Amino acid sequence: MSNSAGLFSSSLGRKYLMAITGLFLCSFLLIHLIGNVSLFTDPVQFNEYTRFMSSNPLIRIMEIVLVVGFLAHIIDAIMLTKANKAAQPVKYAMDKKKSTWYSRNMGLTGTIILAFLILHLQSFWYGYKFGDVAMTLDSSGAAIKDMYTMVLAAFSQSWYSAIYVVAMVLLGTHLNHGFQSAFQSMGLRHKKYTPAIKKVGTAFAVIMTLGFISFPIYFYITQL
Amino acid sequence: MAGMNLTLKVWRQNGAEDKGRIVEYKMSDISPDMSFLEMIDVLNEELIQKGDDPIAFDHDCREGICGSCSMYINGEPHGPEDLITTCQLHMRSFKDGDTIYIEPWRAAAFPVIKDLVVDRTAFDAIIQVGGYVSVNTSGNTQDANALPIPKADADAAFDAATCIGCGACVATCKNSSAMLFTSAKISHLALLPQGKVEAQERALNMVEKMDELGFGNCTNTGDCEVQCPKGISLDNIALMNREFLGASLKSEK
Ligand code: HEM
Ligand code: SF4
Ligand code: FES
Repeated sequence: MSNSAGLFSSSLGRKYLMAITGLFLCSFLLIHLIGNVSLFTDPVQFNEYTRFMSSNPLIRIMEIVLVVGFLAHIIDAIMLTKANKAAQPVKYAMDKKKSTWYSRNMGLTGTIILAFLILHLQSFWYGYKFGDVAMTLDSSGAAIKDMYTMVLAAFSQSWYSAIYVVAMVLLGTHLNHGFQSAFQSMGLRHKKYTPAIKKVGTAFAVIMTLGFISFPIYFYITQL
Repeated sequence: MAGMNLTLKVWRQNGAEDKGRIVEYKMSDISPDMSFLEMIDVLNEELIQKGDDPIAFDHDCREGICGSCSMYINGEPHGPEDLITTCQLHMRSFKDGDTIYIEPWRAAAFPVIKDLVVDRTAFDAIIQVGGYVSVNTSGNTQDANALPIPKADADAAFDAATCIGCGACVATCKNSSAMLFTSAKISHLALLPQGKVEAQERALNMVEKMDELGFGNCTNTGDCEVQCPKGISLDNIALMNREFLGASLKSEK
């Protein structure tokens, strides 16, 4: 099918979808990281931020968009990866690829990110919504769920913090290839701008990885 | 000067139905000045004399322009050197005592016919749905130079046109994606005024055909660009991606 309705059934259409959802997820990561900074600065502010995120109607709508974005990215990834495996069924006895390991293993790093995501949502999203969360006071003296203490408790476990560090390093490799790859997929390539896009992608990957691993590492060490 | 001693590990497969296997051959006294294909010619002479079946491999021009000499040599299409085909590879690129793996292109869309020979009809099928310009050539063709073309476009089109359809890009791609080849064919024509007329249809039809034939999807690893004997650039894939997006949005089909 080569009409616009069938666009996303073509190889290139699926690549556009991969790229758009991937970049959308990047924007989510950035906002998530900025939101978490209050973990370091102010426990009360962090608890209020968490309450805001789980109650504000606009954020709730964005949450649905985010879930759809994740699902589209994951389903598209599975379809593309399956087709790619079928396209090269026999492996070489001797194969020397010149490309980077992480550019060839987006499916693997993505799957580990997904596994991490399930663990992460189970402990913090499900745990916050339906779990047994202790109460504390907000800045006006009203009762509020103590997410801050919950995060600290989670990161005091070495295995739990270790999983975070490993998953975030793999996320970094996913982003290092994925960010610039998304521009190429959409046909945005230019002698002048592409080298800059690659640098921004790497910087983004490094900042996201270091940013997100700083929480488990800091809270694990300070609670030793 | 004493020649080199080599161990070859060659994929032997007696027809499409055969399972195939790697067979080891010892070669002695190989001159470094020999071309890689001459080295196989020598081996085949030996095999014929012993009454064995010679190794089937594709070759024609032996000067890097026909694109038929497909072989995956020691883990790389066309062997270890950059920007050349197998027929342009010489034994001086190897050392005495080396073990050399020789395998056919591996891709679902390029089935093995025999030994190192694969069926690349799929590339022809992609060309047939758009790798041309429909102009009347019945004696009243316009002088090509009458149409002004920006130098940069002419150069880019010419670079894309150097693709020889060898299939190394598909062979090295972990997804057996034909996007470098298809994009070279698309941009080579889309960049020129004569080809612009049908650019939209061409992009749609060639990509559709490429998908239908079972080539994989590009994940932008970049292996194809590194291994292409003609240095076809990833710029072409980006151009194809733009062309196809515009074409699918505008198309009324
Ligand atoms: C926060 C999470 C994630 C972010 C920010 C992200 C971002 C990206 C980006 C920007 C790309 C490049 C798109 C392109 O090449 O056009 C990409 C590709 C990919 N992602 Fe993700 N991703 C995330 C999670 C996941 C998950 C959970 C999976 C699991 C299945 C996954 C699997 C893939 C695969 C397989 C590709 C390569 C697809 C291809 O190039 O054909 N990603 N990702
Ligand atoms: S793009 Fe390069 S590697 Fe691919 S078929 Fe053309 S010449 Fe061969
Ligand atoms: S035999 Fe023609 S390119 Fe090698």
